[in-house]
Amino acid sequence: MRHLLSVTDLDAAAATGLLDTADRLKQALLGREVRKLPTLRGRTVITMFYENSTRTRVSFEIAGKWMSADTVNVSASGSSVAKGESLRDTALTLSAMGADCVIVRHPASGAAHRLAAWADRDAGTTGTRTSIVNAGDGTHEHPTQALLDAATLRDRLGSVAGRRIGIVGDVLHSRVARSNVFLLATLGAEVVLVAPPTLLPVGVAEWPCRVSHELDAELPALDAVMMLRVQAERMHGAFFPSSREYAVRFGLSDERAALLPEHAVVLHPGPMVRGMEIAPSVADSARSAILAQVANGVHVRMAVLYHLLAGAPE
Amino acid sequence: MNLLITDARPYGEDAVDLVVRDGVVTEIGSGLAAPEGADRLDAGGRVLLPGFVDLHTHLREPGGEESETIATGSAAAALGGFTAVFAMPNTDPVADTDVVVEHVHRRGAEVGLVDVHPVGAVTVGLEGRKLAELGTMAHSRAQVRMFSDDGRCVHDPLIMRRALEYASSLDVVIAQHAEDHRLTAGAQAHEGVVASRLGLAGWPAAAEETIVARDCALARDAGAASNGRLRAGASMLHVCHVSSARTIAVLRAAKAAGIRVTAEVTPHHLLLTDASLTSYDPVHKVNPPLRTAADTRAMREALTEGVIDAVATDHAPHAAQYKDTEWSAARPGMLGLQTALSVLVHTMVEPGLLDWHGVARVLSERPAEIGNLPDQGRPIAVGEPATFALVDPDEVWTVRGARLASRASNTPYEGMRLPATVVATVLRGRITARDGKVQQ
Repeated sequence: MRHLLSVTDLDAAAATGLLDTADRLKQALLGREVRKLPTLRGRTVITMFYENSTRTRVSFEIAGKWMSADTVNVSASGSSVAKGESLRDTALTLSAMGADCVIVRHPASGAAHRLAAWADRDAGTTGTRTSIVNAGDGTHEHPTQALLDAATLRDRLGSVAGRRIGIVGDVLHSRVARSNVFLLATLGAEVVLVAPPTLLPVGVAEWPCRVSHELDAELPALDAVMMLRVQAERMHGAFFPSSREYAVRFGLSDERAALLPEHAVVLHPGPMVRGMEIAPSVADSARSAILAQVANGVHVRMAVLYHLLAGAPE
Repeated sequence: MNLLITDARPYGEDAVDLVVRDGVVTEIGSGLAAPEGADRLDAGGRVLLPGFVDLHTHLREPGGEESETIATGSAAAALGGFTAVFAMPNTDPVADTDVVVEHVHRRGAEVGLVDVHPVGAVTVGLEGRKLAELGTMAHSRAQVRMFSDDGRCVHDPLIMRRALEYASSLDVVIAQHAEDHRLTAGAQAHEGVVASRLGLAGWPAAAEETIVARDCALARDAGAASNGRLRAGASMLHVCHVSSARTIAVLRAAKAAGIRVTAEVTPHHLLLTDASLTSYDPVHKVNPPLRTAADTRAMREALTEGVIDAVATDHAPHAAQYKDTEWSAARPGMLGLQTALSVLVHTMVEPGLLDWHGVARVLSERPAEIGNLPDQGRPIAVGEPATFALVDPDEVWTVRGARLASRASNTPYEGMRLPATVVATVLRGRITARDGKVQQ
């Protein structure tokens, strides 16, 4: 694996391999006084975030530090990006400084693909073979989020294959939904998207999933439900009439959560809009795996860095 | 300009010689002698067509000289077999006054490789609010014959109505970039399966279809109000770069109803689809966007049928800094002048959808009629202007953006092997391009 740009870069074996590595790293760190593995000593990992994010950036940074990599954080506002430097020049500059890995979040779909193409094309000039990790590109993908969701589902449900997972909310604008639909399908899960027609992409019928507009009808048969964040601004694009109507029709209230089977898990990629797509009591309930997702995020990202920079273990 | 052309096959028919005196064909036959001081062009049995006319070119000058100039764009045109191009007004400053259009026209004449006809803006600054001085531009030395806010749609239906009505007294055509911007806010790619998977905001086909339907109704009424003052066969409304199969149905119905509407399709909308977007390389980014295989099929059928009248390149050079970016930051558009013939041969001639008369029709005769150019798109006959493209249909070449004459190199056909080359271009008896080199 040279880059991680999309979950479609991973077949079932490669994805399972990453999840297994994440599990092993988690076990290796368990109960250690010093949470530090020497694996990536001397390697340089740069996070380059063109969008605000605390969760993902910190998660990658901790993952790098726990693997003993040197981590550097670049944010768009505090760099030459603010002076109008192009994405390509910024990326090549970091490459020329010897970055082994650039983790990028960018508002443009495909930004990570472009960086990878430039990194490969210009490797001779920069002298470094830089790996690119997509930490969220526009409304396209967020592969490590899908991996950490899969890790969480595996922990909670024992397996992903054969499970029915509902993804609820603003699928149209969600990179988390895209990565999850395709990764979960690769891993053998059955995926159901639940949203009003306005928040589903044209052509969703071609995706490896089923589509529903009725949350109540789906909940009793789900093994897990993943609530997507819904931005209230979307109502200005006439995607739905009001926050109130959205919450009533698609929010995971206590009453709705009670429709889920006993074993079913509630996931949310964060940041949550409590009271909009999810009731606070559900988010904080025993069936919520939201904080487990965050914890797994670090281990999954350690596994990704490990596979990219040190090669997959035998 | 005197010229002897030997062994040329007009429209792919039997080989003849042609004698040209003072830019006009004076004899057609076999074994003809060269007139006094004549240049010679041995056609070697290749296909002779009337010189191509491009209704839709961006020459970028003034203001965008880092991407193209009138000189480099004229060279690309001549090398592509074009003898006339219409230069779109979205320059800086915008070509919305007689001063700017006369400047573009004069620069074109100074370069002298191709007739450069500036297109005037419909509205001041392309802003869609106030009509530009259409009459002043039409009667200027540039003799503007086509007006367009291309790149933007004349969105306000009242402004569009007035433009069509006003234009009907000037013998000029309004060329519409049909895009309802309310439906394409933030759009980056054809709304469909590919864009959804790639997370690119969709450009729905309905945004084109609805504007064309609206404008056809407006053109119908403006035509009726003109009380027969219009030139026979004149187009009132010309639809730029049709991209969607849905639009074809609207155009077919409008033409059947006798509405004076014409339409063009670009070479890239005949050949390329959104399947090429998966690399996120913005060389494929264009407006309107590349659509599906069903759409390219519909474009080809409509061109055969004549529902689409003309092929126009929408040649849109962009310097590397505008394309070597993330997708959403890149400017839309692609080079087209030097690949138009090859794409047309590949998509239409080779599958038997057009013969050489058909190529002459869509690349020369109809565009000249739509643009009201009396000395272009003429038959190859005695007494007609010696304005030709000499085409080798059997030569196959590999497209390399860096080798094209344009200042920019944003061709979507990079590395593709395409049929047919332009061996020579002749403008009123003068050879403007020969064997891949312009003749200044």
